[in-house]
Amino acid sequence: MTVVRALGWLPRGILLGLLAFAVFGPLASLLLWSFAEAWYFPHKLPSQWGFRFWEHVFRPTGRAMEALGVSISIALLTVVTCLAISVPAGLALARGRLPWRPLIMLVFLLPQAFPSLPIYINIARIFYEFGLNGTVAGVVLVHTLHGLVYAVWITTAAFAAVDAELEQAARNLGASALRTFFTVTLPLAAPGIVASAIFVFLESLDEFTGSYFVGAPEVTTLPLLMFTASMAGNYQISSITALILLVPSIVFMLVVERFLKPDVLAKVGA
Amino acid sequence: MLHEARHGDVRHEGLAPGPMKGEARRRAAESIRANLLGLLLVAPALAIALALFAYPLLFSIASAVTVEGTLSVANFTKAFEFYDRDILFTFVIIGVSTALIGLVSVAIGGYLVLGENRTAIAVLGWLYRWPLFVPFIVAAQCMRTFLAKNGLMNNSFVALGLVDIDATQSLLDWRGIIITFVWKQTPFVALMVAGAMAALDRATIEAARNLGASRLRILVEIVVPQIRPTLVVGLILSFVTMLSVLSVPLMVSGGTPTMLTVDMAYRINAFGDYGVANALGLISYLMTGAVAWIYLRETMREKGRK
Repeated sequence: MTVVRALGWLPRGILLGLLAFAVFGPLASLLLWSFAEAWYFPHKLPSQWGFRFWEHVFRPTGRAMEALGVSISIALLTVVTCLAISVPAGLALARGRLPWRPLIMLVFLLPQAFPSLPIYINIARIFYEFGLNGTVAGVVLVHTLHGLVYAVWITTAAFAAVDAELEQAARNLGASALRTFFTVTLPLAAPGIVASAIFVFLESLDEFTGSYFVGAPEVTTLPLLMFTASMAGNYQISSITALILLVPSIVFMLVVERFLKPDVLAKVGA
Repeated sequence: MLHEARHGDVRHEGLAPGPMKGEARRRAAESIRANLLGLLLVAPALAIALALFAYPLLFSIASAVTVEGTLSVANFTKAFEFYDRDILFTFVIIGVSTALIGLVSVAIGGYLVLGENRTAIAVLGWLYRWPLFVPFIVAAQCMRTFLAKNGLMNNSFVALGLVDIDATQSLLDWRGIIITFVWKQTPFVALMVAGAMAALDRATIEAARNLGASRLRILVEIVVPQIRPTLVVGLILSFVTMLSVLSVPLMVSGGTPTMLTVDMAYRINAFGDYGVANALGLISYLMTGAVAWIYLRETMREKGRK
């Protein structure tokens, strides 16, 4: 009996093993390269291990630390800009009696339905006229456009998931519209708004194409630095910077379900 | 679906006291004020979307169809002359990637819904979503080292005795681009597909199983047709996303033919040639448009049948 069951596991085990190799192999390669001080043919694994390149990257005066600082500042500014415009928009789209609502929702969907690279090259050309090319403000604006789609759709869903009768009850008890918003609506919608903020932060942190056309070479974000290092063959440096970018993404993947609850997800696009 | 959020409004109107002339006028004024307030709240977001998306979009189209201010097809002639192979290459690479993503996603979702072994289902559900939020540029860096001639993949195969050490070959060409795209985008589509499959009514599945249908047949004939809209939306979103990625073709495959994104970047960085770059951009919009049109025709036909 046990032999039969063990044999039954054989095809499943092989398939799951192959999948695990396909999923984790590339990530393992990244991890190995970041600790490899020497890895030449025909060695199957690095022949010399160490933290030399980590010290190189994390030197306070190093370019990587500077790029990380730039990336985080840009991501935080993008989150602030995005939320400042998407929270009111989400509230109006979920609650207000908005004329042409389907059309407005479509405008916030279209940037996602078009290939973004041709848009970015023309933004760069327009920004050049305004002196925004190669500035942090320019990069923040491009990232804001990229994040806006997610931010508007998720905040709209978050507000739509708040029970309107609770607001009505607060109003009936004499609370002003503003007070109702800050004490009832906003706290109830907060998890969805936090989810959209995390989403926008990550999208900005990882964004490459827009930064490449609008920011480079004056503004060096972490993905741009990683790209330059990789193209120059500095696999250790590029692997370490890639790992720095990877950690927040993996953490978010593991916690996303805590913020994006099914009742909010069900309202996305509604 | 779009009307759902309005239920609240309708209900409030129902609760309001009966219509009176003065009351009606007051309510009309209130409704206009609510409209204006709503528009005011949406205005900043709308302004950003129009200034940073609609305007550059029109700008790119105008730039593609004009040469020095007059209407011309010269940009397209040049684009086809230089990049006809890359246009085809891009379409084939992304088409093949999309098809593979669809296949693997349906296989993963199907096993999660129809699988009989709980442990295997749990392992699969935990395993498949890891690359979900990995940025394209990080995926490209992973693959650049993983798929190389002496990369970790070939080294593992050699160590296992599957491949001879002299017979290894680098996959850093069109195959590498497809592998990277499938690796990165499958979790996204699989997550959508698995969600839709889990929400299906189990009764038909159980009935088919009781009648002795195989699990593969249930998947192909009962499950997939029902989740088809979700699958198609996921695949179209992936198609558009892959059409915009610059880092993967640059980092994974250095050679020619290459993808349109690389050509556009090259036209601008090397020559400042916005005309041809935008013509190529317009061609990539048309590819998206063709896919969207196929989808719309499908949904129309589906609706017509019902």
